[in-house]
Amino acid sequence: MKRFVYELEESWRIAYAQMRSNMTRSTLTALGVIIGIIAVTLMGTAVNGIGVGFDKSMSVLGDDVLYVTQWPWKPVDDWWNYRDRKRIQTEYAETINRLITAAPNSNLVVAVPTSSLMRSIRYGGNAVDNVFTLGTTSDFTVTSTIEPKEGRFFNEIESREGAQVVIIGYDVADALFPSESPIDKFVMINGQLFKVIGVNSRQGTFLGLFSWDSMVAIPLIAFNKYFSSKSASDLRPGGSNTESDVRVKVKDKTKLLEAKDELIGIMRRVRALQPEQKDDFSINEQQAFKSTLDPVKNTIAIAGLFITGLSLFVGAIGIMNITFVSVKERTKEIGTRKALGARRRTILLQFLIESTALCLLGGFIGLVLAYFLCFGIGKAFPSFPIQFSFGLVVASMIVSVLTGLVSGFAPAWTASRLDPVTALRYE
Amino acid sequence: MDGPQSLRPAGSIVIDIENITKNYVMGEETVHALRGVTLQIRRNEYLAVMGPSGSGKSTLMNMLGCLDTPTSGRYEFNGRSVADMDDDELAAIRNREIGFVFQTFNLLPRATSLRNVELPLIYAGMDRESREERAAQALTDVGLGDRIQHKPNELSGGQRQRVAIARALVNNPSIILADEPTGNLDSKTGEEIMALLEDLYQRGNTIILVTHERDIATHARRTIHLRDGLIEMDQPGFVPQLDAVIAS
Repeated sequence: MKRFVYELEESWRIAYAQMRSNMTRSTLTALGVIIGIIAVTLMGTAVNGIGVGFDKSMSVLGDDVLYVTQWPWKPVDDWWNYRDRKRIQTEYAETINRLITAAPNSNLVVAVPTSSLMRSIRYGGNAVDNVFTLGTTSDFTVTSTIEPKEGRFFNEIESREGAQVVIIGYDVADALFPSESPIDKFVMINGQLFKVIGVNSRQGTFLGLFSWDSMVAIPLIAFNKYFSSKSASDLRPGGSNTESDVRVKVKDKTKLLEAKDELIGIMRRVRALQPEQKDDFSINEQQAFKSTLDPVKNTIAIAGLFITGLSLFVGAIGIMNITFVSVKERTKEIGTRKALGARRRTILLQFLIESTALCLLGGFIGLVLAYFLCFGIGKAFPSFPIQFSFGLVVASMIVSVLTGLVSGFAPAWTASRLDPVTALRYE
Repeated sequence: MDGPQSLRPAGSIVIDIENITKNYVMGEETVHALRGVTLQIRRNEYLAVMGPSGSGKSTLMNMLGCLDTPTSGRYEFNGRSVADMDDDELAAIRNREIGFVFQTFNLLPRATSLRNVELPLIYAGMDRESREERAAQALTDVGLGDRIQHKPNELSGGQRQRVAIARALVNNPSIILADEPTGNLDSKTGEEIMALLEDLYQRGNTIILVTHERDIATHARRTIHLRDGLIEMDQPGFVPQLDAVIAS
């Protein structure tokens, strides 16, 4: 055991001396690993970032909110069964709320109706097209996690009387009011003036998933009054239709299933379904959405890591090649060492350590560069999800060591099996 | 030199070879490098192995140095049978029992004299402090006490060979096996190295010298001539007045 430690120590020393004396060669070889590690690490951060981005986007939906919709939040093969379902009416919310209040120990808190349309919004000379315009009630704040940056959401009175007030998303505010506060300014939506009473804080967009940043919200009554009649543009193919759904806040998110069952019961009463009839609506929650997106996310991760892994593989081949060269060059040295009493294991260890040291060096440099690249990308494109973590550091170091061991093994094995007589005679 | 070996009774048999052969298969042909060599080498002998190229001289040296095993025959090293040892067991024997001195010195180019001399002790599993102490002592013994931190390229040929001799000595081996130790040196330096070997011999070491030069072989007390894989002649040394030493 002690001998093993001394041999290990000696091998590291030799590896260090070897790298120093073959500076150019070592640097070039390590470059392969550096590039490989940068690629893999950046991909790792991107995969991490995608996960975080998903979760962030998902958090808009809220993990304690159930959504009553016509279509389920997952791909369906029998779309014709859903197409002809009755649309979800915003009025359901009132009925549901009445039933929730009537039921003892209900798992549901409150139902909030929402309707949405794409609308243009204008202030002075600035205009933003296709803004996701949402009509809802003041209860909406209960189901939403987004915080206002400035101002407030509309209150119950404004909600009930359909006041012409609007809360705008961060990007909308940015586009319409580049240099002033939007609060108490009047914006034009579909030919109607709405007073801006709140601006939402920045949420960030990700892969075009829903983001509050490009939305505006107005009271539902005002929405129905001014926007519900379909304009000609909405009827064109690709034009937008009013989409309505009802979101219901759950009391205890650990009892989501019970809450869902309860809501199904309520909706069946609302729709007056007979026991033998199937549900003609869908109840969705964040989780369902996630489980459809997770395979996508995983595919991206696997494909990405595989492709970047190839560059690391090329780096590993470089290491293997240079270790073979090193073994060849130092055949006589190997012979001498064997004559002096080095055993096979000693020689094997020595070359493994040399290749590992190269890979570790490359991995370390690659990691440092990747860190700065991440930092730079994060600064240049704040919306690009990138996540550098300690786990990643450990992982890439382990990958480096493994690369070194794997790529060094064949040459090291060759070296350890050399016949001392032949090796000593080698010139 | 001080060490465990000096406690052994003088003249005990270190190497006992009986009728060993070595065949190499080269393509279709089998080369009989050794055809039945019998040889005994006692402690504190100074033996020269001579012979023209192709005589089996190198093969015999590889056998004696435990770098290779014979095809047949008996080979005992200090009473232990070497003939059927595996690679790692042979490595252990080489490490403890044999000090190699090569024609081309075979020093590690990027290591200091001290590190070079330390190497066999690392393989022997000695701790760093004792290692450095012993290596430094061995270097002092060969007259290089002031060159401990020099690298081979900072040393002359003769000094390099001295480092190699120090490395051969450092583990107190039973034999020192010198293969053409002066082959790469000018004659003056060669004489200095031979004087050093003589000195080591006088201090009780066993030395086996492989050479094709008569002048060099005359330093030995006993000479073996090989021809065609057989010992042609085994005679007391070229220096008549020292014959008595070997006979005892």
